Amino acid sequence: MFLRVAWLVMRKDLTIEVRSREILYTTAFFAVSCVLVFAFALVKEGRPLEDAAAGILWIAIAFAGTLALGRTFERERHAETLRALMLAPTSRPAIYLGKLLGIIALLAVVEAVLVPLVGLLFHAPFGARPFMMLALLATGTLGFSAVGTLFAAMLVRARSRDVLLPVLLYPITIPVIIAGVRGTAALLEPVPDIALAGMWLSILTFFDVVFVTLSLWTFEPLMTE
Amino acid sequence: MKRLFAPLVVVLMVMFTAAPLMIAWAPCEATMGLVQKIFYFHVPSAMMMFLSAFVCGVASVAYLFKGRPAADRLACAAGELVVVFGAIVLVTGPLWARKSWGVWWQWDARLTSTLLMWMIFLAYLLVRKYGGPGSEKLGAAMALFGTANVPFVYISVNIWRTVHPTTNVIPLLPPQMKGPLWFSAAAFLLLYLLILAVRVRLEERRAELEHAYLLAEEI
Repeated sequence: MFLRVAWLVMRKDLTIEVRSREILYTTAFFAVSCVLVFAFALVKEGRPLEDAAAGILWIAIAFAGTLALGRTFERERHAETLRALMLAPTSRPAIYLGKLLGIIALLAVVEAVLVPLVGLLFHAPFGARPFMMLALLATGTLGFSAVGTLFAAMLVRARSRDVLLPVLLYPITIPVIIAGVRGTAALLEPVPDIALAGMWLSILTFFDVVFVTLSLWTFEPLMTE
Repeated sequence: MKRLFAPLVVVLMVMFTAAPLMIAWAPCEATMGLVQKIFYFHVPSAMMMFLSAFVCGVASVAYLFKGRPAADRLACAAGELVVVFGAIVLVTGPLWARKSWGVWWQWDARLTSTLLMWMIFLAYLLVRKYGGPGSEKLGAAMALFGTANVPFVYISVNIWRTVHPTTNVIPLLPPQMKGPLWFSAAAFLLLYLLILAVRVRLEERRAELEHAYLLAEEI
Protein backbone atom coordinates (compact mmCIF):
# COMPACT_ATOMS: atom_id res chain seq x y z
CA MET A 1 0.00 0.00 0.00
CA PHE A 2 2.79 2.36 1.00
CA LEU A 3 4.77 1.64 -2.15
CA ARG A 4 1.67 1.75 -4.29
CA VAL A 5 0.86 5.26 -3.08
CA ALA A 6 4.43 6.38 -3.69
CA TRP A 7 4.28 4.88 -7.17
CA LEU A 8 0.99 6.65 -7.93
CA VAL A 9 2.31 10.04 -6.77
CA MET A 10 5.46 9.57 -8.80
CA ARG A 11 3.47 8.48 -11.85
CA LYS A 12 1.26 11.56 -11.55
CA ASP A 13 4.28 13.87 -11.44
CA LEU A 14 6.02 12.16 -14.32
CA THR A 15 2.85 12.10 -16.44
CA ILE A 16 2.43 15.84 -16.03
CA GLU A 17 6.09 16.32 -16.78
CA VAL A 18 6.08 14.12 -19.88
CA ARG A 19 3.09 15.98 -21.27
CA SER A 20 4.40 19.51 -20.72
CA ARG A 21 8.15 18.90 -20.39
CA GLU A 22 8.30 22.39 -18.90
CA ILE A 23 10.50 21.71 -15.89
CA LEU A 24 12.68 19.27 -17.78
CA TYR A 25 13.59 21.63 -20.62
CA THR A 26 14.03 24.71 -18.44
CA THR A 27 16.10 22.87 -15.83
CA ALA A 28 18.28 21.15 -18.40
CA PHE A 29 18.88 24.41 -20.21
CA PHE A 30 19.69 26.14 -16.95
CA ALA A 31 22.18 23.42 -16.04
CA VAL A 32 23.90 23.78 -19.41
CA SER A 33 24.14 27.56 -19.10
CA CYS A 34 25.52 27.07 -15.60
CA VAL A 35 28.28 24.87 -17.01
CA LEU A 36 29.03 27.49 -19.65
CA VAL A 37 29.24 30.27 -17.08
CA PHE A 38 31.74 28.22 -15.08
CA ALA A 39 33.67 27.35 -18.21
CA PHE A 40 34.13 31.04 -18.94
CA ALA A 41 34.68 32.07 -15.32
CA LEU A 42 37.26 29.45 -14.32
CA VAL A 43 39.92 30.00 -16.89
CA LYS A 44 43.60 29.14 -16.85
CA GLU A 45 45.93 30.31 -19.64
CA GLY A 46 43.00 31.26 -21.81
CA ARG A 47 41.31 27.87 -21.61
CA PRO A 48 38.74 26.46 -19.17
CA LEU A 49 40.24 24.80 -16.13
CA GLU A 50 39.95 21.07 -16.79
CA ASP A 51 40.60 20.04 -13.20
CA ALA A 52 37.40 21.78 -12.23
CA ALA A 53 35.25 19.33 -14.20
CA ALA A 54 34.12 17.35 -11.15
CA GLY A 55 33.26 20.48 -9.19
CA ILE A 56 31.43 22.10 -12.07
CA LEU A 57 29.36 18.98 -12.67
CA TRP A 58 28.19 18.80 -9.08
CA ILE A 59 27.52 22.52 -8.77
CA ALA A 60 25.41 22.37 -11.93
CA ILE A 61 23.49 19.42 -10.45
CA ALA A 62 22.96 21.28 -7.18
CA PHE A 63 21.73 24.48 -8.85
CA ALA A 64 19.55 22.65 -11.33
CA GLY A 65 18.18 20.49 -8.54
CA THR A 66 17.22 23.51 -6.46
CA LEU A 67 15.43 25.00 -9.42
CA ALA A 68 13.60 21.76 -10.21
CA LEU A 69 12.51 21.38 -6.57
CA GLY A 70 11.21 24.92 -6.42
CA ARG A 71 9.32 24.57 -9.68
CA THR A 72 7.78 21.20 -8.81
CA PHE A 73 6.31 22.41 -5.57
CA GLU A 74 5.33 25.75 -7.06
CA ARG A 75 3.22 23.77 -9.51
CA GLU A 76 1.56 22.00 -6.59
CA ARG A 77 0.96 25.24 -4.77
CA HIS A 78 -0.43 26.97 -7.85
CA ALA A 79 -2.92 24.23 -8.56
CA GLU A 80 -3.65 23.85 -4.84
CA THR A 81 -3.17 20.12 -5.17
CA LEU A 82 -0.95 19.94 -2.10
CA ARG A 83 -3.99 20.17 0.13
CA ALA A 84 -5.61 17.37 -1.85
CA LEU A 85 -2.52 15.24 -1.33
CA MET A 86 -2.51 15.97 2.40
CA LEU A 87 -6.22 15.10 2.63
CA ALA A 88 -5.68 11.73 1.01
CA PRO A 89 -6.19 8.86 3.50
CA THR A 90 -2.70 7.52 3.07
CA SER A 91 0.45 7.65 5.10
CA ARG A 92 2.24 10.94 4.52
CA PRO A 93 5.71 9.43 4.15
CA ALA A 94 4.41 7.58 1.09
CA ILE A 95 3.58 10.91 -0.52
CA TYR A 96 7.05 12.16 0.35
CA LEU A 97 8.59 9.07 -1.23
CA GLY A 98 6.56 9.51 -4.39
CA LYS A 99 7.64 13.13 -4.69
CA LEU A 100 11.25 12.15 -4.02
CA LEU A 101 11.22 9.51 -6.75
CA GLY A 102 9.74 12.01 -9.19
CA ILE A 103 12.49 14.53 -8.47
CA ILE A 104 15.18 11.88 -8.80
CA ALA A 105 13.78 10.79 -12.16
CA LEU A 106 13.84 14.40 -13.35
CA LEU A 107 17.38 14.97 -12.13
CA ALA A 108 18.50 11.68 -13.69
CA VAL A 109 17.45 12.93 -17.11
CA VAL A 110 19.19 16.27 -16.52
CA GLU A 111 22.36 14.46 -15.43
CA ALA A 112 22.20 12.24 -18.52
CA VAL A 113 22.57 15.46 -20.50
CA LEU A 114 25.08 17.12 -18.16
CA VAL A 115 27.66 14.37 -17.67
CA PRO A 116 28.47 13.85 -21.37
CA LEU A 117 28.45 17.62 -21.91
CA VAL A 118 30.88 18.33 -19.07
CA GLY A 119 33.01 15.38 -20.16
CA LEU A 120 33.12 16.82 -23.66
CA LEU A 121 33.84 20.43 -22.75
CA PHE A 122 36.44 19.68 -20.11
CA HIS A 123 37.99 16.55 -21.62
CA ALA A 124 37.06 14.62 -18.48
CA PRO A 125 36.97 10.82 -18.78
CA PHE A 126 33.68 10.20 -17.00
CA GLY A 127 33.31 6.94 -18.87
CA ALA A 128 36.53 5.48 -17.47
CA ARG A 129 34.83 3.83 -14.50
CA PRO A 130 31.15 3.99 -15.46
CA PHE A 131 29.67 1.91 -12.63
CA MET A 132 31.51 3.76 -9.91
CA MET A 133 30.58 7.06 -11.54
CA LEU A 134 26.96 5.99 -11.75
CA ALA A 135 26.97 4.92 -8.11
CA LEU A 136 28.40 8.27 -7.01
CA LEU A 137 25.85 10.18 -9.07
CA ALA A 138 22.99 8.05 -7.82
CA THR A 139 23.84 8.30 -4.10
CA GLY A 140 24.68 11.99 -4.38
CA THR A 141 21.46 12.82 -6.22
CA LEU A 142 19.48 10.76 -3.70
CA GLY A 143 21.02 12.58 -0.75
CA PHE A 144 20.50 16.01 -2.28
CA SER A 145 16.94 15.24 -3.38
CA ALA A 146 15.94 13.67 -0.08
CA VAL A 147 16.72 16.79 1.91
CA GLY A 148 15.56 19.06 -0.91
CA THR A 149 12.15 17.43 -1.29
CA LEU A 150 11.50 17.74 2.43
CA PHE A 151 12.55 21.38 2.60
CA ALA A 152 10.73 22.35 -0.59
CA ALA A 153 7.56 20.70 0.68
CA MET A 154 7.72 22.40 4.03
CA LEU A 155 8.49 25.80 2.52
CA VAL A 156 5.51 25.73 0.14
CA ARG A 157 3.41 27.86 2.46
CA ALA A 158 6.22 30.01 3.83
CA ARG A 159 7.00 33.59 2.96
CA SER A 160 10.26 34.18 1.03
CA ARG A 161 10.11 30.56 -0.06
CA ASP A 162 12.19 31.07 -3.20
CA VAL A 163 15.24 32.38 -1.40
CA LEU A 164 14.80 30.27 1.72
CA LEU A 165 15.05 26.98 -0.15
CA PRO A 166 18.72 27.45 -1.20
CA VAL A 167 19.49 29.14 2.16
CA LEU A 168 18.30 26.06 4.02
CA LEU A 169 19.30 23.41 1.52
CA TYR A 170 22.91 24.21 0.64
CA PRO A 171 24.47 24.11 4.12
CA ILE A 172 22.84 20.77 4.88
CA THR A 173 23.82 19.20 1.55
CA ILE A 174 27.40 20.47 1.44
CA PRO A 175 28.66 17.09 2.74
CA VAL A 176 26.96 15.51 -0.30
CA ILE A 177 28.65 17.96 -2.65
CA ILE A 178 32.04 17.49 -0.99
CA ALA A 179 31.80 13.71 -1.15
CA GLY A 180 30.46 13.78 -4.71
CA VAL A 181 33.14 16.13 -6.02
CA ARG A 182 36.03 14.40 -4.25
CA GLY A 183 34.80 10.98 -5.31
CA THR A 184 34.34 12.09 -8.92
CA ALA A 185 37.74 13.81 -8.91
CA ALA A 186 39.32 10.58 -7.66
CA LEU A 187 37.81 8.79 -10.64
CA LEU A 188 39.01 11.42 -13.11
CA GLU A 189 42.65 11.08 -12.14
CA PRO A 190 44.99 9.72 -14.86
CA VAL A 191 45.03 6.53 -12.77
CA PRO A 192 41.59 6.38 -11.12
CA ASP A 193 41.82 5.99 -7.35
CA ILE A 194 39.07 3.41 -6.85
CA ALA A 195 39.68 2.96 -3.12
CA LEU A 196 39.30 6.66 -2.43
CA ALA A 197 36.20 6.90 -4.58
CA GLY A 198 34.85 3.90 -2.71
CA MET A 199 35.40 5.65 0.61
CA TRP A 200 33.51 8.72 -0.56
CA LEU A 201 30.79 6.46 -1.89
CA SER A 202 30.33 4.85 1.52
CA ILE A 203 30.17 8.28 3.15
CA LEU A 204 27.49 9.27 0.64
CA THR A 205 25.57 6.07 1.36
CA PHE A 206 25.75 6.75 5.09
CA PHE A 207 24.49 10.28 4.54
CA ASP A 208 21.64 8.97 2.36
CA VAL A 209 20.53 6.42 4.92
CA VAL A 210 20.54 8.95 7.75
CA PHE A 211 18.80 11.73 5.89
CA VAL A 212 16.19 9.70 4.03
CA THR A 213 15.23 8.16 7.37
CA LEU A 214 15.10 11.58 9.04
CA SER A 215 13.03 13.00 6.19
CA LEU A 216 10.50 10.15 6.24
CA TRP A 217 10.24 10.55 9.98
CA THR A 218 9.72 14.32 10.02
CA PHE A 219 7.54 14.71 6.91
CA GLU A 220 4.29 14.06 8.75
CA PRO A 221 4.70 16.50 11.68
CA LEU A 222 6.10 19.17 9.38
CA MET A 223 3.22 19.15 6.93
CA THR A 224 0.48 19.35 9.54
CA GLU A 225 -0.55 22.75 10.70
CA MET B 1 15.36 28.41 40.67
CA LYS B 2 14.94 32.10 39.98
CA ARG B 3 16.41 32.97 43.35
CA LEU B 4 19.61 31.19 42.34
CA PHE B 5 20.10 33.53 39.39
CA ALA B 6 21.70 36.49 41.16
CA PRO B 7 24.11 34.40 43.27
CA LEU B 8 25.09 32.43 40.17
CA VAL B 9 25.89 35.66 38.33
CA VAL B 10 28.19 36.58 41.20
CA VAL B 11 29.84 33.14 41.02
CA LEU B 12 30.26 33.61 37.27
CA MET B 13 31.91 37.00 37.71
CA VAL B 14 34.29 35.53 40.28
CA MET B 15 35.15 32.68 37.91
CA PHE B 16 35.82 35.02 35.04
CA THR B 17 38.03 37.13 37.28
CA ALA B 18 39.95 34.09 38.46
CA ALA B 19 40.28 32.53 35.01
CA PRO B 20 42.83 34.98 33.55
CA LEU B 21 45.02 34.45 36.61
CA MET B 22 44.85 30.68 36.22
CA ILE B 23 45.56 30.99 32.52
CA ALA B 24 48.56 33.23 33.17
CA TRP B 25 49.98 30.79 35.71
CA ALA B 26 49.56 27.82 33.35
CA PRO B 27 52.78 26.81 31.65
CA CYS B 28 53.55 28.19 28.20
CA GLU B 29 53.39 25.69 25.38
CA ALA B 30 56.76 24.88 23.87
CA THR B 31 56.35 25.83 20.22
CA MET B 32 53.59 28.46 20.24
CA GLY B 33 54.37 30.37 23.41
CA LEU B 34 51.91 32.96 24.65
CA VAL B 35 49.55 32.68 21.66
CA GLN B 36 48.55 29.16 22.67
CA LYS B 37 46.66 30.58 25.65
CA ILE B 38 43.80 31.60 23.39
CA PHE B 39 43.08 27.84 23.60
CA TYR B 40 41.45 28.44 27.02
CA PHE B 41 38.78 30.57 25.34
CA HIS B 42 38.63 28.81 21.98
CA VAL B 43 38.03 25.25 23.22
CA PRO B 44 35.34 26.01 25.86
CA SER B 45 33.51 28.19 23.31
CA ALA B 46 33.59 25.31 20.86
CA MET B 47 32.28 22.97 23.55
CA MET B 48 29.42 25.36 24.27
CA MET B 49 28.66 25.71 20.57
CA PHE B 50 28.26 21.95 20.19
CA LEU B 51 26.31 21.65 23.43
CA SER B 52 23.93 24.37 22.29
CA ALA B 53 23.48 22.70 18.92
CA PHE B 54 22.58 19.49 20.70
CA VAL B 55 20.12 21.28 23.01
CA CYS B 56 18.54 23.04 20.03
CA GLY B 57 18.22 19.76 18.16
CA VAL B 58 16.62 17.88 21.04
CA ALA B 59 14.25 20.76 21.81
CA SER B 60 13.33 20.96 18.12
CA VAL B 61 12.47 17.27 18.04
CA ALA B 62 10.33 17.72 21.15
CA TYR B 63 8.56 20.65 19.50
CA LEU B 64 8.02 18.85 16.17
CA PHE B 65 6.68 15.65 17.66
CA LYS B 66 5.05 16.78 20.88
CA GLY B 67 4.13 20.36 20.00
CA ARG B 68 5.23 21.82 23.30
CA PRO B 69 5.70 25.61 23.00
CA ALA B 70 8.24 25.59 25.84
CA ALA B 71 10.42 23.32 23.71
CA ASP B 72 10.17 25.79 20.84
CA ARG B 73 11.26 28.65 23.10
CA LEU B 74 14.26 26.65 24.31
CA ALA B 75 15.17 25.75 20.74
CA CYS B 76 15.02 29.40 19.68
CA ALA B 77 17.29 30.48 22.54
CA ALA B 78 19.75 27.62 22.01
CA GLY B 79 19.86 28.32 18.26
CA GLU B 80 20.86 31.90 18.86
CA LEU B 81 23.57 30.81 21.28
CA VAL B 82 25.04 28.41 18.71
CA VAL B 83 25.55 31.41 16.44
CA VAL B 84 27.02 33.51 19.28
CA PHE B 85 29.48 30.92 20.56
CA GLY B 86 30.22 29.85 17.01
CA ALA B 87 31.17 33.41 16.19
CA ILE B 88 33.57 33.39 19.15
CA VAL B 89 35.13 30.12 17.96
CA LEU B 90 35.43 31.33 14.36
CA VAL B 91 37.09 34.58 15.42
CA THR B 92 39.48 33.21 18.07
CA GLY B 93 40.41 30.31 15.80
CA PRO B 94 41.80 32.34 12.90
CA LEU B 95 43.46 34.76 15.32
CA TRP B 96 45.33 31.80 16.81
CA ALA B 97 45.88 30.17 13.43
CA ARG B 98 47.49 33.25 11.95
CA LYS B 99 50.19 33.16 14.60
CA SER B 100 50.68 29.43 14.93
CA TRP B 101 50.09 28.10 11.39
CA GLY B 102 50.82 31.29 9.45
CA VAL B 103 47.46 31.40 7.66
CA TRP B 104 44.09 32.83 8.70
CA TRP B 105 42.12 29.86 7.39
CA GLN B 106 42.62 26.26 6.30
CA TRP B 107 40.09 24.19 4.44
CA ASP B 108 40.65 21.14 6.58
CA ALA B 109 37.83 18.95 7.87
CA ARG B 110 37.34 20.35 11.36
CA LEU B 111 37.35 24.03 10.39
CA THR B 112 35.12 23.45 7.37
CA SER B 113 32.62 21.42 9.34
CA THR B 114 32.46 23.97 12.16
CA LEU B 115 31.90 26.79 9.68
CA LEU B 116 29.19 24.69 8.08
CA MET B 117 27.42 24.07 11.35
CA TRP B 118 27.58 27.75 12.17
CA MET B 119 25.99 28.59 8.84
CA ILE B 120 23.28 25.98 9.34
CA PHE B 121 22.22 27.63 12.57
CA LEU B 122 22.50 31.05 10.98
CA ALA B 123 20.06 29.74 8.37
CA TYR B 124 17.93 28.50 11.29
CA LEU B 125 17.70 32.07 12.59
CA LEU B 126 16.93 33.38 9.09
CA VAL B 127 14.07 30.98 8.56
CA ARG B 128 12.63 31.73 11.99
CA LYS B 129 12.73 35.43 11.24
CA TYR B 130 11.65 35.54 7.58
CA GLY B 131 9.67 32.34 7.13
CA GLY B 132 6.34 33.90 7.98
CA PRO B 133 3.69 32.15 10.06
CA GLY B 134 4.50 28.57 10.96
CA SER B 135 8.21 29.24 10.71
CA GLU B 136 8.79 27.62 14.10
CA LYS B 137 8.22 24.21 12.55
CA LEU B 138 10.42 24.98 9.55
CA GLY B 139 13.16 26.10 11.92
CA ALA B 140 12.72 22.96 13.99
CA ALA B 141 13.28 20.79 10.91
CA MET B 142 16.37 22.82 10.02
CA ALA B 143 17.75 22.46 13.56
CA LEU B 144 17.10 18.73 13.53
CA PHE B 145 18.99 18.27 10.29
CA GLY B 146 21.72 20.59 11.50
CA THR B 147 22.17 18.62 14.70
CA ALA B 148 22.29 15.38 12.71
CA ASN B 149 25.35 16.87 11.05
CA VAL B 150 27.15 17.33 14.42
CA PRO B 151 28.48 13.74 14.57
CA PHE B 152 29.89 14.28 11.08
CA VAL B 153 31.70 17.30 12.50
CA TYR B 154 33.15 15.47 15.48
CA ILE B 155 34.13 12.29 13.65
CA SER B 156 35.58 14.17 10.69
CA VAL B 157 38.80 15.06 12.46
CA ASN B 158 39.48 11.41 13.19
CA ILE B 159 38.72 10.13 9.69
CA TRP B 160 40.36 12.68 7.45
CA ARG B 161 43.91 13.96 7.73
CA THR B 162 43.85 17.38 9.28
CA VAL B 163 46.10 20.22 10.32
CA HIS B 164 43.86 20.99 13.31
CA PRO B 165 44.91 19.19 16.51
CA THR B 166 42.92 15.99 16.90
CA THR B 167 40.49 15.52 19.74
CA ASN B 168 43.10 13.27 21.36
CA VAL B 169 45.10 16.28 22.47
CA ILE B 170 43.04 16.90 25.60
CA PRO B 171 43.87 13.68 27.49
CA LEU B 172 47.56 14.27 26.75
CA LEU B 173 47.66 17.73 28.32
CA PRO B 174 49.94 18.17 31.32
CA PRO B 175 47.94 18.64 34.55
CA GLN B 176 48.97 22.29 34.85
CA MET B 177 47.16 22.96 31.56
CA LYS B 178 44.21 20.68 32.25
CA GLY B 179 43.26 22.63 35.37
CA PRO B 180 42.80 26.02 33.70
CA LEU B 181 41.10 24.35 30.71
CA TRP B 182 38.43 22.63 32.77
CA PHE B 183 38.03 25.74 34.92
CA SER B 184 37.48 27.81 31.77
CA ALA B 185 35.10 25.17 30.47
CA ALA B 186 33.12 25.30 33.73
CA ALA B 187 33.03 29.10 33.58
CA PHE B 188 31.80 29.04 29.99
CA LEU B 189 29.21 26.41 30.88
CA LEU B 190 27.86 28.57 33.67
CA LEU B 191 27.86 31.59 31.34
CA TYR B 192 26.01 29.57 28.71
CA LEU B 193 23.37 28.32 31.15
CA LEU B 194 22.72 31.79 32.56
CA ILE B 195 22.41 33.43 29.12
CA LEU B 196 20.16 30.57 27.99
CA ALA B 197 17.95 31.05 31.05
CA VAL B 198 17.64 34.79 30.39
CA ARG B 199 16.83 34.25 26.71
CA VAL B 200 14.21 31.57 27.42
CA ARG B 201 12.63 33.85 29.99
CA LEU B 202 12.46 36.61 27.36
CA GLU B 203 10.64 34.25 24.99
CA GLU B 204 8.24 33.24 27.77
CA ARG B 205 7.46 36.90 28.45
CA ARG B 206 6.85 37.44 24.72
CA ALA B 207 4.46 34.49 24.62
CA GLU B 208 2.63 35.78 27.71
CA LEU B 209 2.32 39.20 26.08
CA GLU B 210 0.87 37.72 22.90
CA HIS B 211 -1.57 35.70 24.95
CA ALA B 212 -2.60 38.87 26.80
CA TYR B 213 -3.11 40.74 23.51
CA LEU B 214 -5.32 37.97 22.19
CA LEU B 215 -7.36 37.96 25.38
CA ALA B 216 -7.71 41.73 25.22
CA GLU B 217 -8.98 41.50 21.65
CA GLU B 218 -11.66 39.08 22.71
CA ILE B 219 -12.94 41.58 25.26
